This record gives sequence, structure tokens and C-alpha cells, in this order.
Amino acid sequence: MTGNQVLLQLNYWLIIMIMMMGFYVVLAHSNMIKKLIGLGIFQTSVYFLYVVPGKIIGGTAPIIASGYQVYSNPLPHVLILTAIVVGVATLALGLALVTRINEAYGTIEENDLYRPDEWRQ
Amino acid sequence: MASITPHFPILCVVIPLFGALLCATIRNSRATWLLAVCSALCSFLCAVFLLMHANDRVVSYAIGGWQSPIGIEYRIDSFNAYVLCLISGIGCLSVLYAPSAISEVSSFNRPWFFSVMLLCMTGLMGMAATGDAFNLFVFMEIASLSSYVLIALGKQREALVAAYRYLIVGTMGATFYVIGIGFLYVSTGTLNIADLTVRIAPIKTTAPVLTGISFLIVGLSIKAAIFPLHAWLPNAYRFAPIPVSAFLSGTATKVALYILLRFIFSVLGVQFFLGTFGLYEVIVTFSLGAILFGSIVAIFQKNLRRMLAYSSIAQVGYITLGIALANENSLTGSLIYIVGHGLTKVGLFFVAGSLLARLGSDHIADLAGAGRRMPWTVGSFIFLSLNMLGIPGTIGFLGKWYIALAAAERGSWWLAVIIIMTSLLALIYMGRFIESAYFSSCSDEKIKSQANSIPWNMGLSLAILTGLCIWLGIDTAILTDKARAAALLLLGANL
Amino acid sequence: MMDEAVWALVIPLVGALAILCLSSRPNLREAVTLLSSSGLLVVVGMIARDILGGQVHDVTLLQFAPGVSLAFKVEPFGVMFALLASSLWLINSIYSIGYVRRNALPRQTSFYLWFAVSLSATIGIAFAGNLFTLFLFYEALTLSTYPLVVHGQINSDKVAGRVYLGMLLGTSISLFLLGILWTWTIAGTLDFQLGGILKEKIDPNIIGTLLALFAFGIGKSALMPVHRWLPAAMVAPAPVSALLHAVAVVKAGVFSLVKILVYIFGIDLLAQSDGDNWLIYAAAFSMIAAAIIALRQDDLKRRLAYSTISQLAYIVLAAAVAHPVALIGAMFQVIGHALGKIILFFAAGSIYTVSGLTKVSQLDGIGRRMPWTMAAFTIGAMCIVGLPGTIGFWGKWYMFQGGALSAQQLFIIGVLLTSTLVSAAYLVPIVYAAFFKSELSSAPSHGEAPWPMVVPIIVTAAAVMMLFFAVEWPYQLISLLKP
Repeated sequence: MTGNQVLLQLNYWLIIMIMMMGFYVVLAHSNMIKKLIGLGIFQTSVYFLYVVPGKIIGGTAPIIASGYQVYSNPLPHVLILTAIVVGVATLALGLALVTRINEAYGTIEENDLYRPDEWRQ
Repeated sequence: MASITPHFPILCVVIPLFGALLCATIRNSRATWLLAVCSALCSFLCAVFLLMHANDRVVSYAIGGWQSPIGIEYRIDSFNAYVLCLISGIGCLSVLYAPSAISEVSSFNRPWFFSVMLLCMTGLMGMAATGDAFNLFVFMEIASLSSYVLIALGKQREALVAAYRYLIVGTMGATFYVIGIGFLYVSTGTLNIADLTVRIAPIKTTAPVLTGISFLIVGLSIKAAIFPLHAWLPNAYRFAPIPVSAFLSGTATKVALYILLRFIFSVLGVQFFLGTFGLYEVIVTFSLGAILFGSIVAIFQKNLRRMLAYSSIAQVGYITLGIALANENSLTGSLIYIVGHGLTKVGLFFVAGSLLARLGSDHIADLAGAGRRMPWTVGSFIFLSLNMLGIPGTIGFLGKWYIALAAAERGSWWLAVIIIMTSLLALIYMGRFIESAYFSSCSDEKIKSQANSIPWNMGLSLAILTGLCIWLGIDTAILTDKARAAALLLLGANL
Repeated sequence: MMDEAVWALVIPLVGALAILCLSSRPNLREAVTLLSSSGLLVVVGMIARDILGGQVHDVTLLQFAPGVSLAFKVEPFGVMFALLASSLWLINSIYSIGYVRRNALPRQTSFYLWFAVSLSATIGIAFAGNLFTLFLFYEALTLSTYPLVVHGQINSDKVAGRVYLGMLLGTSISLFLLGILWTWTIAGTLDFQLGGILKEKIDPNIIGTLLALFAFGIGKSALMPVHRWLPAAMVAPAPVSALLHAVAVVKAGVFSLVKILVYIFGIDLLAQSDGDNWLIYAAAFSMIAAAIIALRQDDLKRRLAYSTISQLAYIVLAAAVAHPVALIGAMFQVIGHALGKIILFFAAGSIYTVSGLTKVSQLDGIGRRMPWTMAAFTIGAMCIVGLPGTIGFWGKWYMFQGGALSAQQLFIIGVLLTSTLVSAAYLVPIVYAAFFKSELSSAPSHGEAPWPMVVPIIVTAAAVMMLFFAVEWPYQLISLLKP
């Protein structure tokens, strides 16, 4: 592909940017809820990764109708519905854990959880 | 009976699922325990049946009647069935063992505990049984979410942090897997693993496929705790309740390794993997890193469970070494090692749990003199340690022998030497505990006054596990034949 | 009907089980030990008679992997070793009963139990039909003797136990197992065969390296520098030192080495190549160095331990010469050293039991208080040095002859002479001091040892002298070695 064509793959650039943003948030922030948000952003980029190629150029909505031969692919949408549900469940579980951690430690900043000498062996 | 046999592939996954649902609705903790044991046992029987039937053919099951490759297919071959038996067997024994070892879970919450254990088992069984890549992701997340919950149930508050960190890292791993599958789907148009094998053959070296495979391998390596992506494991195993540590150590990482093997060998083919993809040196380096790092750090641990966790990291290194060598002997060795290590590590955690329950501590220093007070329990620890060490006559020796033989066949003599010498490291860290158990006398009066015998269910699980290790170590044909059949299947599938 | 070789393996294990069950009834438990050892002796005797008659005992029990199986094949060396081990187990059991009761040893059931298991492992080594079986029982022997070494369970025992286990398991896993793996890749089999399995298949340049893996990997043969475990193991009670570290464990080591030299490499291969020459020098060094160290030891058991290291090197030297005459010498030396050394250890145990003395410098005049024990000690010492009248003489005699026939004759004869002189130097003064010096003022007053400890020592001393005259049967066994 020529350089111009690479630059025009706008969708994929977007995907990569969002993926890395989410990844960065997970790594860089010590606030546990922010990490979970970063995780969510990371997962959203994956949703894009699936849905975007689903649209076929020249294809219509995937409902069988006379006169149309080319349809867009509905399968990625279905897959992503599943993935979204999984993401929601993970987020819910993560938030529940953060609530319990807050009760146990009094903080939700990972860096403040322990003094260095306190970690139980 | 004749009408039910074709449904066994789905039954072994669905029975624990329904067991989990039922457990969540029943309020009596004893009853849910019995229900959980029964569901796990039924699942195990289904898996054994599949093992006997999947010898030289593939048992295929189309969910909902929709034929593959459009529909989701459950595809059991000899490799699959082998792993299914391992998971359900260990699940059954862990659930049997559980009640006396989860004092941190109030009896009001016990039904939920067993429900989530069964859900975890469902997820792992589904991962092993399915032939559809996205279905695999769904089950992977079922298993992972359940394991986050289970780990968070530990007694100390560090368990919550360990579960949270595992959640972050594990979800990243699963998402990497999904990204990988995404690229493969976009390139080939199919999600069915068998169909993927066919369709991917002409385009193996294109950029999207290579990218997808890379993401896939990294994601699965996180799940399998392959060095250096192992950081979540020591804390998770240290702080989780003992039956959970035991169950996860024997199954979770092994299933991730199974999927890795499936994708590397069945889908991509061994020539591509070693040749074009060129991962041999990388995997060997990381395997040796895992073995050395895991063993050496284990030597310095003061807590028994943490020591066993680092030991697990080291043992996974042997398995990946066998994968890297990629010939018949080494894959046989890896597969034997998967089962062998699964059984051994679960047994060791069971012993740690019994000692914790009766003597009140899992620090090596506090367990001094335990050998004289609980002779049979510590005796089985010694036997299982011999397995880990690789003394001839044990399963551990079998696995190491085949892998070392494969290394020697390939000409990498230094690799064979390292495999054998690193067993000595296991001698040091296991020996520390055994010495402490037999030689020092216990100074803590409170611990001295505790009762000495362990509850019947703990004893039964431990006895079954130790007996299995003895049997499989002596009558090696059973394990070796099945492992070799699976290895040949993997190697011959895609040349 | 199970083959007798398997019976020989099973009898001590059954005895061990019975000992475990009878832990609360000491007399019955001791009776079980005596019964098992006599039973074992009878079975081994039957096997020996079969072997002399030319019958073969060859049985394969289990297959672990293709080419790797648990198999027993009885041959002359093995049956001789098994006879030695089982007869001395019986004698040692009688001695143990006296020692254990007189010293009120704690955890007596564990003591007898692990003895029985160790003897079963020894028989497994003696009758092993391939390298894998040998390795399996070799490791089993290390593991089953460990509880005996650390029986006292005080802190210094723990350290000694670590040296013992660490050295033996370490060398066996890293060197011995490697050698086995290498042999397998060269020869394709691990079975012991007369004439060796490596004959045409091995590159002559690597014989020396492979031999080194075995020689140092079989740590139980105490070839320097893999010898430190033996003095460390002297923390064990005297019966343990006597049977295990004079007979079972160390002889298992040299026996394994000799068996590998004869049945894996093959005498012809070794005689033709020069790959084993370095072993002659290594053994010679071990022989002299250990003897000199023994001279400087004041602790009696440690002196005997270093003497054992030195005497074992004789056997390794004779095997490395790779000539049938030298092998006869090795065989005699095995028997002679075993009987002689067990007498010396018995005596050391008796002395410690009745007087609490452990050092050579304290033993002045003790011969007058313990005449029977010290008389037997004298005969044992004569046997170790190799004086005529004892069976030890024949060992040295044939080794001189075998050495004279080999290429490095002057060196070997010189070394043998020197070490004989040095062994006299560290043993004779003890005898002299015991009988001819007057007692120290600080010596406790005591009598002879109890009869269960005296009788075995006298019986063994008598055997040492009687076997001097029975020289026919080793020729019979040796003749069976010719293919």
C-alpha cells in the first residue's frame, strides 16, 4: 500500500489511538477506578476493531430484500454485543472489588495501599 | 442411554453450569456442597467417556443443530478429552476438599461459593471443549470472572488487592486474545478453529495474520503465567482460599497452555511456528528464565503457599520448553507434565491447606515439627515433592525424561543438562520445608495443642490424588499413550 | 509363582510393613527384623545356588517407556553383593538389638523400619537388569538411608543430613542421570549385557568423559572429591555406620561402578582404549590422600570413614585396570573390606556404648577391659591391611597380580604398597594402644559389651579367618563372567 493509502485507513488509526489511550490509562494511573475506566476504553477500541470491517462497501443493511445482492456482515455486531456484556460484567466486578478495597484499606489509590515494608509475605 | 451419548460434549460443560444455578438457589450449605460434588463428578464421568471415545476420531457436536462452520461446534479429539478429564477431575477433588478449608466464607455465603466454583469449572471446561474461537473467549471470561471472585474471598485483605490486580491483567490478556481473533477473523472470515486451519493456510505470512497471532500468543501467555508475564500469579495463589489456589493451579494455567498448543500446532502448524515465525530462541530463553527465576525465588520464600506459587511458575517453564522443542517426544513430555504438574501441585496445596486448618499457619517456620504430628499428611507432601523433583518412578520423571530426550535428540545437550540440573533447585526449596517439618520441634504451645487428624473429606481428596500420582507413575502406559496420541495429533494436523 | 529375585526384593519390604504395625510390641518387632533378614538370606542363597548351577533369573516387571523398564537380571557380581548384604544384615540386626536397647535409642520403630527399606533398595541395586532400574534403586537407597543418618535429630545431624542428601542426590541427578541419558542416545538400550553395550557404537574419545560422568555421578563410591558425605554420615548411630556405610551404601556405589564398567562398557573395550587410565590415577589419589587424612583423625569413626574411602578406591582402581585377575581382586576386596570394616564399626559402637569414649587417644588399655571386642578389632584391622590369615589378603594379592599385568605396573604396585603401609599406620597403633598401653587415669570403668553386641563381632571375625581358606568359589563366579 502506498503511504497515502496507509494514511487513509482512518478507522484503524482511530482504533490504535483509542487502544493505546486506554492502555496508557491502565498503566499510568494509580487510582483504581481510573484504571477500570482505562480498561473500558481499551475494550471499546476492540469493539471498533470488529465492527468496522463488518461494513461491506456497497452493502446494505443485513435484512434480506429483493433487488439487493450485497449485504453488510451482521456477525461482528453480535460478537461485540457479547463482548460488551462481558465488559460490563468485568466493570461491575471491578467496581465491587474497589468498594471492598476501600472498606478494607481506606483508600483506592494503588500507590497508597502500603508502605513498602508492610506487604505481608 | 443410547440417545444421550452424542450429547456428552455439551453435557460436560452444561452440567456444572446448571449445578451452579441450582447451588445459587439452595440455602443449605451442606446440600450445595453435595450438589457441587455431584455435578463435578458427572462432568468428570462425561469427560472420561469422551476420552475413551475420542481415541482416533473426532467427536463433533453442533450446538443448536446449526452445522459448522456457520454454527458453533464443540470438537473433542484426543488432546481435548485429555485436558477435559484433568479439569473435571481436579474440580471434583477441589470441591470435595473445600468445606473444611474455607473458614473465611461464612456458611451463609457457602452456597454462593460453590456456585462460583462450578461456574469457574464451566468456563474452563468450555474453553477446552469448544471448537469456536469466540465461544472460547466467552468461556475464558466466565472462568476468569469467577476466579477473580474466588480469589477475593481470601482471609486477608491482600486477597482483594490480588484479585483486583489479576482482574486488570487478566482482562488485558483476554482482550489481547480477542484482538488476535479479530485480525484472524477479518483475514479469513471464519471463527471456527478447524475451518480457520484450512483458510489460514495460504495467507499465513500476511501482516494482519502475523499481528493477530502475536496478540493471541501474548494474551494467552498472560493467562498461562508464562515468564515474564507471570506477575499476577504469586499473590493470587498466596491469598486465595486453599481450595481455590489448588483448583486454579491445576487447571487455569493448563487450559491456557492447551489453547496455546491448539493454536500454535493445530492451526498454524509446527513448521510455520518454528521456521517463519522464528520463535524457538525466544521461547527457550523465556522458559529457562521461568525455570531459574521461579525455582530460585521459591527457595527464599518464607510462606509455604507463595513458595508453591513460584514453583508453579518454574514448572510452566518446563512445559513451554517442551513446546519450543516441538517434536514428538517433547510434546509427549509436555503433555505428561501438564497432567503430572496439575495433580502434584493440587496435592501440595491440599497438604498446605490441611496444615493450615489444623496447625493454624502456613509459614514454614511455624510448621516446624509438623511431620511428627501429622505423619500421613506430611508423608504425602514428601511423595508429591519427589514427583516434582523427578525421581524415577514418578510422573515428574516421565515428563522430564521425554523433554530431556527430545533436547538430546535435537543436539542441544546443554538444554538437557539444564533440565536435569534445575531439578536440584526443587530439591532445595522442597527440602527446606521437609527438614523443618521433621527436624525442628515446635515452639508455639498453642499450635502444639491442636488436634492432629484432618477431616475425612480432606483426607479422601488427598488420598485419591496421591494414589493417582502413584498409579500413574508406575503404570505409565495409560498416561504416556494418551499423551503420545495427543502429541501426534498436534504434530500431524498441519505440516 | 513369582521369581525369587522379586521375592528377595519384597521380603524386606513386607518386614518393614510388619515393623510399622508392631511398633508398640518391641520384642515382636525385633523378631520380625530377624525373621526378615534370615528369610532374605535364605532366598538369596537359593538364587546363588541357581546362578552357580548356570540357571538364569531374568524378570521384567514394568515398562516405563520404550527401552526404559524395571527389570531384574541376576548375575555373579550381583548375587555375591546380595549375599554379602543379606548375611551382614542378619548379623547387624543382632548387634542393633543390643545397641539400641543398651543405649535406649528413641524412635526405634523408625530405626528398624528404614533399615529394612534400605536393604530392599540394596537388593534392588544388586539384581538390577538395566541402568534405569539401577538408578531407581540407587536413589531409593539414598532416600531410605537419610532418616537413619539423621536419626538423632539434633541440629548437627540436620547439617550432616543436608551434606549427605545434597551430595548424593546432587551428583546422581546431575552426573549419573546425564550419563544414563547419554548412554541411551549412543547405544539405544540400557540393559546390562556381558561384553558391554557400547562396543562398536561409541567414539573412543568420549569414553573418558562418559566414564567420568559415571565415576563421579555415583557418589556412593566415595571417589574423591565426592567423598565428603561419608564422614558427615558418621553422626548416625553405630549400627547404621556399620551396615550402611561399611557395607550397603558404599558397596552399592562401587558395585554399580564395577557393573557399569563390566556390563555397559565391557572389559574388552576398556582394555583396548585408554579412556580409563585417568580413573586409575584418580583412584590412586583417592587411596593415598584418604589414608593420610585418616592418620590425622582422632575421632575413631571418622578415622574409619576415611579408611573406607581409601579402601573403596582399591576397588575402583582394580576395576579401572580392566583385567579379569584384577576383577577377582576387586571381588575379594569387596568381601574383605565389608567384613573387616563392619567389625571395626561394631567395635567402635561397643566401645561407645559401654564407656562413652569416641576418640582414639582415649582408648589406651581398653583391650584388657573388652578382650573379645578388641581381639575381633585386631582381626578386622588385619583384614583391612591385608595380612595373610584373613580374606583381605587375597584381595590385595590378586590386585597386585592384576596391577603387574597392566601397563602402568610400577605405578600401581607402588601405590598399593604405599597405601598398605599407611593403612597399617592408622590401624595398628589403635591395637597396640588397646593392649599394650596402660589405661588413662580418666578412663571410666566398665566391662565387656553386652552379649548381643559381642557375638556378632566374634562371628564376623571368625568368618574373616575362615574365608581365607575358601578360595574356590570366587573362581566359579568369575568363570561365569566369560561370555
